[in-house]
Amino acid sequence: MSEKKEKTGRVPMPEQDPQVRRRNFQEVPTGYTPAMAQEEAARCVQCKKPGCVEGCPVSVDIPGFINLVNKGDFTAAIRHIWSMNALPAVCGRVCPQEIQCEGKCILNKKGAAVAIGNLERFCADYEREHGTGALPPKAASTGKRIAVVGSGPSGLTVAGDLIQKGHSVTIMEAFHKPGGVLVYGIPEFRLPKAIVAQEVNFLERLGVKVECNAVVGRTVSLDELFEQGYDAIYLGVGAGLPSFMNIPGENLIGILSANEYLTRANLMKAYKFPEVDTPIPLGKNVVVLGAGNVAMDSARTAMRLGADSVRIVYRRSRDEMPARAAEIHHAGEEGIEFMLLTAPTRYLGDQSGRLTGMECLKMELGEPDASGRRRPIPIKGSEFEIQCDLVVVAVGSGANPLLTQSTPDLKLNKWGYIQADLETGKTSKRGVWAGGDIVTGAATVILAMGAGRAAANSIHKYLTWGW
Amino acid sequence: MFKIVRRQEMAKGTVILNEIEAPLIARKAKPGQFVILKANEEGERIPLTMAESDSQKGTITVIYMVVGKSTALFRDLKVGDGYQDVIGPLGRPTHVEKVGHVLCVGGGTGVAVLHPITRAMKEAGNHVTCIIGARNKELLILEEQMKAASHDLRVCTDDGSYGHHGFVTDVVKQVLAQGPVQQAVAIGPVPMMKAVTTITKAANVPTLVSLNPIMIDGTGMCGGCRVTVGGKTKFACVDGPEFDGHQVNFDELNLRLKAYCAEEKNCYEGYCRLGQ
Repeated sequence: MSEKKEKTGRVPMPEQDPQVRRRNFQEVPTGYTPAMAQEEAARCVQCKKPGCVEGCPVSVDIPGFINLVNKGDFTAAIRHIWSMNALPAVCGRVCPQEIQCEGKCILNKKGAAVAIGNLERFCADYEREHGTGALPPKAASTGKRIAVVGSGPSGLTVAGDLIQKGHSVTIMEAFHKPGGVLVYGIPEFRLPKAIVAQEVNFLERLGVKVECNAVVGRTVSLDELFEQGYDAIYLGVGAGLPSFMNIPGENLIGILSANEYLTRANLMKAYKFPEVDTPIPLGKNVVVLGAGNVAMDSARTAMRLGADSVRIVYRRSRDEMPARAAEIHHAGEEGIEFMLLTAPTRYLGDQSGRLTGMECLKMELGEPDASGRRRPIPIKGSEFEIQCDLVVVAVGSGANPLLTQSTPDLKLNKWGYIQADLETGKTSKRGVWAGGDIVTGAATVILAMGAGRAAANSIHKYLTWGW
Repeated sequence: MFKIVRRQEMAKGTVILNEIEAPLIARKAKPGQFVILKANEEGERIPLTMAESDSQKGTITVIYMVVGKSTALFRDLKVGDGYQDVIGPLGRPTHVEKVGHVLCVGGGTGVAVLHPITRAMKEAGNHVTCIIGARNKELLILEEQMKAASHDLRVCTDDGSYGHHGFVTDVVKQVLAQGPVQQAVAIGPVPMMKAVTTITKAANVPTLVSLNPIMIDGTGMCGGCRVTVGGKTKFACVDGPEFDGHQVNFDELNLRLKAYCAEEKNCYEGYCRLGQ
């Protein structure tokens, strides 16, 4: 974040220089020192009716933990956050604070909100580096068993909540490593994988079992899990089906979904190829389609892999870009170009089936559409070509059918997402809850965690009182 | 770890069989399905269609040809060693039903994938004619097993070192000329499947092919394995790996398989140098 302390009073978090970081995979912001954290915490005016808590999907007692930071009791501060949020090191880094907690901070009127995300991150990092490792209290064992399918943010939240309530929890992950989108999707420079591993390890120390390589729907079905004695199942499998543009030439070599590109880079660590065995295409002139967080992550990864140019091609204007403000800002600083009001119409390739370029159309904005954003309208005759050897398609994702196809008694909506009660996460199948992207479609880490929190409460009620 | 309980060099140093302990997968696996294997922490995720699964013993069997660093790593695993990760069963199983006369055509290590399908076709009550081929006698695999799994086995080698001298396509034409065939299955290198389906298309014989494009997760998440079938993009991992061979764009698949040729070559040469 670029704000200057003298203008807003907010303590900025030190960052790697853009010219240096654009070519490495180390984390961009380097974190507060204890003195910085205390100075920033002192800015909090401790509102009687705190807007920030209302803005938080998991209702962390923000003034409460900030007060503890202010007093220098970082150990108590992290435990205070843990009571509502099992993944503070993650949330402090990837939540869109500007539209949640910080967006509702009273100090916005006086310059800038308290840097709540930075403080949350500080508490988690401080505990990791200096903490006692003491675990939060856990209720007596209930003897009930819960299977959590998927180890992304919503699954981890459900696991953390239910293990603390005394239930036995097993997480099943299809990949060979736990963390879901936190390990395959979000890059190292934004969320170091060692931190995700630490958060998972925290749950394991609390007693959560993690089974990798378990493709629920293929390796084992939901009914088989019930036969094995599980009392409840939570489905947090993510959206998991990449969308493409369906334009000519899409299967040329050099066109990848963001899922594939980021999974190669993050989960498989292909940026270290040939030190690791999974390769990743190194584009000289890279185009990323889309303007959400995933698009920013893809563009910034391409830059770090040595691209000469990286362009975000987006059919609307800067105001409609869905990415977190900090990501757009960081991408710009690192030399990512934005080609706005531009949409691809077809891909161009050579004899060997490799991508050489893309034909685009200029757009203008018309009336607002169903999403409330102004609809982009093509400008006739404005076709032009751009040269590129790598395109990463980051235009969203759909519902992965792998699990739902094998579970016919699970009701889906017309887009193939699982129908679940928004308050409780209950599905049409008895004993089965769902939440996160497989219910809502692609959204944010914290919204998935909010859904996990609601489902965990409902599962706990069910295990205590019945369906 | 997924332990290797049996290892066999079917062709010295190049075609390897691994029987692997994977009870959860063995319990569910059906002919036509695949697994993803990863040798170690730094390893690639490699999809291989299973040659066998034994729910009693809790094992699955894969047979692969050593073509690059990852398969060379697999080759160097001994009995008692293991794969760090095995994921499956993935993909849709083969649709097996009684249709009459079924022609099963296998080339190279594709024969390993064809074997359980052939056996299932025979068990379903079909009359099964089988054609298997390889570059030479040394590389020909599973002859005895294929003989047992079918009613009539024909063998060919490209160099004439064994059986019919020539490609499987020559024998496909002969079989089709001898009498009606209701269903064909062709599994092998892309050029072979393309050639066989061209012939069966002219003869109007529905033909299943099993594709093995580059993929990462095998669960529909990355889209790396996309193939064009009947003009539409399909994901081999969840929509396949088997498709109507008359609809598959083999030329596109062949090009896409070469996406990482240069990287693979460097990586393999590095590994070979290390081994010396």
